[in-house]
Amino acid sequence: MILLGPSGCGKSTLLRMVAGLEDPTSGDVFIGDRRVNDVEPKLRDIAMVFQSYALYPHMTVAENIEFPLKVRGVAKAERAAAALKAADVLGLTDYMKRKPGQLSGGQRQRVALARAIVRDPAVFLMDEPLSNLDAKLRGDTRAELVDLHRRLDSTFIYVTHDQVEAMTMGSRVAVLNAGQLEQVGTPQDVYDHPASTFVAQFIGTPPMNLLQPGQLGSSDVRVGVRPEHLLIAAAGELEGTVRQVEHLGHEVLLLTESPAGRLTARVAPHADLPIVGETVRFDVAPHHLHRFDAVTGVRVP
Amino acid sequence: MATDIAAVNTTRGLRKVGRYSLLVFVAIVVLFPIYAVLLQALKSGPDSLDHPRSLLPVDLTFSTISEAWTQGDLGRLLMNSLFVSVMVTLGVIVTSLLAAYAFAFLEFPFKGPIFVFYIATMLVPGEVTVVFNQRTADSLGWINSYQGLIVPSLASTFGVFLVRQVFLQLPHELREAASLDGVGHLRFLWEVAAPLSRPTLGALGLFTFLGTWNAYLWPSQVIRGDRAHETIQIGLDRLKSNDISRLNLVTGGLVVAALPIFILLVVFQRQLVRGLTAGAVKG
Repeated sequence: MILLGPSGCGKSTLLRMVAGLEDPTSGDVFIGDRRVNDVEPKLRDIAMVFQSYALYPHMTVAENIEFPLKVRGVAKAERAAAALKAADVLGLTDYMKRKPGQLSGGQRQRVALARAIVRDPAVFLMDEPLSNLDAKLRGDTRAELVDLHRRLDSTFIYVTHDQVEAMTMGSRVAVLNAGQLEQVGTPQDVYDHPASTFVAQFIGTPPMNLLQPGQLGSSDVRVGVRPEHLLIAAAGELEGTVRQVEHLGHEVLLLTESPAGRLTARVAPHADLPIVGETVRFDVAPHHLHRFDAVTGVRVP
Repeated sequence: MATDIAAVNTTRGLRKVGRYSLLVFVAIVVLFPIYAVLLQALKSGPDSLDHPRSLLPVDLTFSTISEAWTQGDLGRLLMNSLFVSVMVTLGVIVTSLLAAYAFAFLEFPFKGPIFVFYIATMLVPGEVTVVFNQRTADSLGWINSYQGLIVPSLASTFGVFLVRQVFLQLPHELREAASLDGVGHLRFLWEVAAPLSRPTLGALGLFTFLGTWNAYLWPSQVIRGDRAHETIQIGLDRLKSNDISRLNLVTGGLVVAALPIFILLVVFQRQLVRGLTAGAVKG
């Protein structure tokens, strides 16, 4: 489960309430069938990975990974074996004697994960675990996490503001905005059927085009179209003037101005693309139109 | 142009000379008494009275120091001072850790006001409380005892303040991560917070040790003629003599009393400086 939303939308707070680091002002938290509102964090059978990793700087990697077991009174040999196993899963066996200060960001991140894995919790809570990594490492670690999730077969609750992470990693995505839950669904479902204009614009790069109310519908409806669904057609219903052409290699983005508002189209790269200043017409298949209430922004059938 | 530069250089040079002269003067003011004491201790009684020759490093001997050692029973005094200083130092580190932890990590009613009130006690000079503390010690039967020397010094407001500052700088996630792992307060203090504050604890220990070693006022109030429990600072009193040729016995004793802390300072100099600048650099 991915909790997705812009900064300050409450996703971390939600995670911390599941962890027991913060108390909900109202409502109940269930882990499995168990209501855990009054259960201490350590008894909730959860493990958390922090954005800053929160490794103990004075302990070696091995000691860091073993620490949760040590606290539980697991015998030395047993916890060393468990730590080694967790480290092996994450490719950390060569670094067991180092201190966190001697590791790169990605390695520290994996130590934090290993420390969570070693506890074998029912739920993993992750608070933007990739946001301190550079782009390449983030991509690699993302894949590793997905792999890990499949192998461990336990619940991950993953907080992020990065919709790419949400789309690629999530079994389900919960989109939050200003403390409100906007939508829950599979990534594809959320993408294909956004429940509100907020979700429509938050998920997808570039975001969905939202036409002015009254365009392609009645005046109390805003119509949205994904950029890839705008097809260049001489007899199209929408007309726009090309302001910019962005070549991304495998695709081209046409940024156009139109009476209906800004329209961005995602088209395949080919020879006879329109140039800046040219007027183009777009057609949209009716089933690719999304309709939202012009006032509330909520999806309408 | 050239003359201008020359003039600037001259002023700079003069300023430098002035600055160094001042430093040299201050250094002499500070070092001369130490030099004088050392020299007195290293001369025989009569030689130490032979002014101004007594200020020249000639006719040096260890006889005065060795006489002070035996006559003042300095070995026992040193052991007493060592015992008291070590106990107070350990005690202060433990109480500072515990109290600082409470002020840094726990939530309880009136935490802020209590802390301010506690810190405000630093404003009360120790001399003011001596009489009352002495009466308390008396009523507890602690006069002429180790507990009388040690227990009143076991808590240090400064120590609590210092350690709390360090704790406040530890990332909050560490405590949260630990609590998710089921780590209780004492365990977190012992296994995470204390090891991470080691430099500060070292400096605090050193300061406390020096302070206790050099303490005079309180030991002189709580030890009333009981030779078995005397610390070196008050035990030196016994080296005083009416025999003018043996006046420098006390100086010999002083050198013996200062030697351990001199060694300590040399060994832990860096620790000490770090402790002094800890608050300043990190803010």
